Amino acid sequence: MDIKVLGSECCANCDAQMEIVKKALAKVGRFAKLEKVEDMMEVMNYGVMSTPAIVINGEVKSRGKILSEQEVITLFEDQI
Amino acid sequence: MWNETVNYLVYGLFNMSGNIAKSVHFFIYDSIKILTLVLVIVYVISFIQTYISTETVRDFIQGKSQFVGNLLAAIFGILTPFCSCSSIPLFLGFTQARIPRSATFSFLISSPMNNEIAIAILFATFGWKIALLYTLFGLITAIIGGFIVDKVSKDEDILINIPYMRQVHSASFIKVIFKKRLSDAWKNALTIMKDIYLYVFAGIAVGAIIHGFVPADFITKYAGSNNPFAVFVAVIAGIPMYAGASTIAPLIEPLTSKGMLMGTALSFMMAVVALSLPEAMILKKVMSWRLIMLFFGIVGTGIILVGYLFNAIL
Repeated sequence: MDIKVLGSECCANCDAQMEIVKKALAKVGRFAKLEKVEDMMEVMNYGVMSTPAIVINGEVKSRGKILSEQEVITLFEDQI
Repeated sequence: MWNETVNYLVYGLFNMSGNIAKSVHFFIYDSIKILTLVLVIVYVISFIQTYISTETVRDFIQGKSQFVGNLLAAIFGILTPFCSCSSIPLFLGFTQARIPRSATFSFLISSPMNNEIAIAILFATFGWKIALLYTLFGLITAIIGGFIVDKVSKDEDILINIPYMRQVHSASFIKVIFKKRLSDAWKNALTIMKDIYLYVFAGIAVGAIIHGFVPADFITKYAGSNNPFAVFVAVIAGIPMYAGASTIAPLIEPLTSKGMLMGTALSFMMAVVALSLPEAMILKKVMSWRLIMLFFGIVGTGIILVGYLFNAIL
């Protein structure tokens, strides 16, 4: 799995979302590449204007709100 | 009924009198009333926002005619949350979607000015008529301002190359059920309240001091009906000030009760909320100083005109 958390420098919620994703990942025990993207141009590439957003394998799964740990786990489980 | 309760508290229980009593009464009465109403309105707006994001606004305005685009952009500006750090992604995202620049500017003007907290506080202190008028004038300023800023802007004023947008399939988003929307909205409303309540209290405290201690003719002398430049001065003074709507809105009622004309007070509030130096610094990342100055100049002029119009009709 390739996971990206999209954020910006002045978005406190984005760091929180990153932590939640880390925890969720540890819980499901899956192997994944996780990175935080803060470069505005790269965020724009995904058509995202409101952060935090979560991108899994190149698909935007959530944007503009923080997902809970359980919601993130559900997202992971949808990926085979 | 709430008024009587506070009367009893201040004059009966605390046994206060004179100016201090006036201030304390104002503080208790207004904080509870304003915070309750703001919570209700923020909750309703938060709930609507679970359906509308800036991305949906973008997709909706995309391909509309210029006038409809401006109108929609201004209206959506009321419903979407705004902080000055979101103005860049917003500007880029709209431009990326080939939305006319005029609509983008309309949104940039409308979103901070028609802030739901500002409208909620006006509603709490003056009732729906003033709140509605403020919103209407905010919309008109945003629609016309967007047009004019677009007309005076040149391509070289935009300092950034807008990247190509990948196709995003909205069907792949996580599904959100109704109950979850309600609880998300509640959580969001509480977060917003946590962020703003101190500012609201600060605003009400200053308002309370104005209420109790500033002599009635003091403001009338400088910003009342006999000073034709009052609106102008209020707007110029308001632009560099950086205070949230939550601080400035509770001041409007005490200022007007001490003789400031409604239009002057509302223009001041619009200028503080819609135009600020930090926002200019952030916009600098994507547009030239020339365009930023024009943007501020045009919006400032619009706000001044709105102020005189308000003073004339109220």
